[in-house]
Amino acid sequence: MPELLIELFSEEIPARMQGAAREALKKLVTDGLVEAGLTYGHAEAFSTPRRLTLVLTDLTAESPTLQEERKGPSVSAPEKAIEGFLRATGLRLDQLEKRADKKGEVWFALIEKPGRKAPEIIAEVLDRTIRNFPWPKSMRWGNGTLKWVRPLHSILCILSSEAGTEVVPLEVEGIAAGDTTAGHRFMAPARFSVTNFEDYAAKLKAAKVVLDPAERAEIIWHDASQLAFAQGLELVEDKGLLAEVAGLVECPVALMGAIAEDFLHLPPEVLQTSMKEHQKFFSVKNPKTGRIEGFVTVANRETADHGATILKGNQKVLSARLSDARFFWEHDLRVVKTEGLEGMGAGLANVTFHNKLGSQAARIARIEALAREIAPHVGAQPDLAAEAARVVKSDLRSAMVGEFPELQGLMGSYYARAAGLPEPVAAACKDHYSPLGPSDAVPSEPVSVAVALADKIDTLTGFWAIDEKPTGSKDPFALRRAALGVIRLVLENGMRVGMRMQFFIPMLGHLISIKTQGKGLLARSAIETIKSLGFPREASLAQKSIEAAAVHMSDELTNIAINEGMTKCDDLLSFFHDRLKVFLKDEGIRHDVIDAVLAMPGNDDLTLVVKRAEALSAFLKTEDGTNLLQGFKRANNILTQAEAKDGVEYSYGADPKFAESDAERALFAALDAAEAALAPAMQAEAFAEAMAEMAKLRSPIDAFFTAVQINAENQIVRRNRLNLLSRIRQICLSVADLTKLEG
Amino acid sequence: MADAPRSFQEIILRLMTYWASKGCAVLQPYDMEVGAGTFHPATTLRSLGSRPWAAAYVQPSRRPTDGRYGENPNRLQHYYQYQVLIKPSPPDLQALYLGSLEAIGIDLGLHDIRFVEDDWESPTLGAWGLGWEVWCDGMEVSQFTYFQQVGGHDCRPVSGELTYGLERLAMYVLGIDHVMEMPFNDPASPIPLKYGGIFRQTEEEYSRHNFDAANTEALLRHFEDAEAECEKLLAFPAEDANSGKRIIMAHPAYDQCIKASHLFNLLDARGVISVTERQAYIGRVRALAKKCADAFVQTEAGGWVAEAEA
Repeated sequence: MPELLIELFSEEIPARMQGAAREALKKLVTDGLVEAGLTYGHAEAFSTPRRLTLVLTDLTAESPTLQEERKGPSVSAPEKAIEGFLRATGLRLDQLEKRADKKGEVWFALIEKPGRKAPEIIAEVLDRTIRNFPWPKSMRWGNGTLKWVRPLHSILCILSSEAGTEVVPLEVEGIAAGDTTAGHRFMAPARFSVTNFEDYAAKLKAAKVVLDPAERAEIIWHDASQLAFAQGLELVEDKGLLAEVAGLVECPVALMGAIAEDFLHLPPEVLQTSMKEHQKFFSVKNPKTGRIEGFVTVANRETADHGATILKGNQKVLSARLSDARFFWEHDLRVVKTEGLEGMGAGLANVTFHNKLGSQAARIARIEALAREIAPHVGAQPDLAAEAARVVKSDLRSAMVGEFPELQGLMGSYYARAAGLPEPVAAACKDHYSPLGPSDAVPSEPVSVAVALADKIDTLTGFWAIDEKPTGSKDPFALRRAALGVIRLVLENGMRVGMRMQFFIPMLGHLISIKTQGKGLLARSAIETIKSLGFPREASLAQKSIEAAAVHMSDELTNIAINEGMTKCDDLLSFFHDRLKVFLKDEGIRHDVIDAVLAMPGNDDLTLVVKRAEALSAFLKTEDGTNLLQGFKRANNILTQAEAKDGVEYSYGADPKFAESDAERALFAALDAAEAALAPAMQAEAFAEAMAEMAKLRSPIDAFFTAVQINAENQIVRRNRLNLLSRIRQICLSVADLTKLEG
Repeated sequence: MADAPRSFQEIILRLMTYWASKGCAVLQPYDMEVGAGTFHPATTLRSLGSRPWAAAYVQPSRRPTDGRYGENPNRLQHYYQYQVLIKPSPPDLQALYLGSLEAIGIDLGLHDIRFVEDDWESPTLGAWGLGWEVWCDGMEVSQFTYFQQVGGHDCRPVSGELTYGLERLAMYVLGIDHVMEMPFNDPASPIPLKYGGIFRQTEEEYSRHNFDAANTEALLRHFEDAEAECEKLLAFPAEDANSGKRIIMAHPAYDQCIKASHLFNLLDARGVISVTERQAYIGRVRALAKKCADAFVQTEAGGWVAEAEA
């Protein structure tokens, strides 16, 4: 069966777009062909900087013929109706067929949709693919209207089989498909024709083009490692860079050079970043010293001097780049020595963080205040946390970070050490951005934790205050990541705090400063008052504390505090709960288990929530757990129905004296014992223990249901039993809201 | 292939000769202070409209913030760009470009020339295009752009723009490490001049001027004046009372836009523009550029055709 080979030959395709483009080409073409009735065996796509290639094996030569039968009007129908039917089917009367029907003879049209030849279908599909290709950015050129990532020069589209090779006739905006392509731009620029994929790949190889990006990556990695190895050095792995470089060359040639002595004292991250970002160089490390001492550049050609000129040029460019980096480094160190790290960040007053949330300097002041508050909760010294908060963003004003934004934080820690600041402060510069993702390490140094939390909470409450919440896939300020960061910082450091309180004070600060346009300094005393009153977990008590504080506040402030502040904190908390669910789901804890726990008081204490959820999750995995849950559900159902029917709530002291059976009396005893044991266990947050106590109820409850009919004739006995069920419900619900559980 | 050039000016002359031989009109620099060759009306305005165009020129360019008192080996507040603009972009523009590298003595058989993604955007001109920075052995030697939009107008046809950073390119070709050491004329001339002999002092003077001395109040005033003047010129009716002709003053208005842009650059170098204001200033210059582009496409050079002819 025929093989289809397509090559779209253009000017240089950005390396970062090639992977997605290969996939898109494969999908669009194969989907289109299959939809049109063709089938194929295997599809594979390739790319180089100048070409996108697709090969399909075992393509059917044509699509199958389709038969369609259409029923027309009666033979005796008026002429007009029959004419209409002929027009609709495109047939003549003598091509119709008479068939007997219930109502007499009827015209039938047998329409045969002939199969189409593969070339016709391919031409259509490829034309559509080229015109609708999902490039992230595309352009026009010359006088044309066609859009492609860069000017498209030629289309190769051939079908080959044992019978020979045919060009699929196709023309897109003046570019006619053919059977030719070109080799390496400099080493083998002549065009040549090919007969099939094997011939194509072989001729390209001869024309100094390695078609397969994976093969190019392999060559680069192998050759570069060998070069390093030969000198007793080792290549620093960088998969992203490898993929990018493989997308920049058709004929990879690795060349290694040394970094001049004058630059070896620069931080290794600076060397690595500068070489990678600007020059796409791989770093070469000396395993003995751990220093970056060399580089590997990948050229796109072989030369008569074996790359000597190219290497010399690259070396020169690197020296210029590293001179810049050294200039930045020395400049920054000078600034830090004379003005301190805080002085380096002085200019942050002129940098806007967000137009509704003030300057970076204002933000830093808020983070400092917050870090001071949080410090005691994480075992950090408040003054040290505040000192760290004041300087952790300073490096944003350094020359080095200005040039390499990805070095933010890291440079701060170098400069903090140079400024003689305490080690925890230096560490916080680097670590307060963490964790950046679900697998990124969480800092544990108390000062880092305090500042990291303060930074993220300030951001979250700020954006909540101005109603810039993430929606759908849009999260331009990375607030989901910030919330997950807070969650992981709290959990992994075992912090015990009510998040509502942690949110409320900064939220109020944001709201007041927005409403008063930054003139809300007076509000500070009001905030202090609220703080001194504490901010209990329960919303109603919180409201009371605000009302008490309101004596000292203007009406406007009171309103903000009560209405907006509380609502927004609750909203932010439920956003946290959603993130927590996602996080715990990955840890294997079911959605409904978390819901059952979140319905309990103290749900803004994340560590508590997780502790409870873990215990409940483990409990539900035991046989006792699932059975007890069934027992609870049964009790709850009966009770709910009876309560609905009778219009009363059965929560009033069941009395053992009305118990009629042993099972009933045993349940009374078991509930008494459980109640006595549960309360202290819950108090001590010994959830596993509490669950174990609860598990003891399983057999008495089961026995009770077997032995006793709740809806007894005797109304006193019935009511007593319902009240007994109510005790089951009460005890079970004191552990978690089991009504939320599925199954 | 031509033998190696011996001086900065020889490289410029070779580029001139090369692009002239490829059919470009060799223009002279625009007589105003600009930040880059793109600002020359031969690029900005001529990339608009349907009329074909091919021009090449040197443009002295000023970037006040890049001043380093003549000490930095390759950073200057005043430097030269070589600019080529061809509309519509010819299909062999890459090959033409590579030919120009050979013309200035780069042996394509020994060097590694690469086209690395670099999309161009000028927020002040309301312009963008797709293309590459061209690397020679890892060094960026040119910017290669297919203009898609200028002054908010879609470019139809598309122009191909080439920009060579002349000092850097020449230093590479001549094997010079510090720009001030680069021979400007032939080293064997009776009076050999180096780049530093011509420009070191002016770099010092302008660095001091740009960073410390330029009168910011006056600059701010001039900015406002240029902005107002630009808008005033464009508000004139098309009909000229003296000649009775239809004359839209797109170019004089654009001069004011260039002026505003350069004044903004000076203010920026003086550090008196905050980050938030910065965006606002850029937006104001862009608004002028857009209006000038709107006006230019209403002129003959911009492709406007009187209805009687149309």
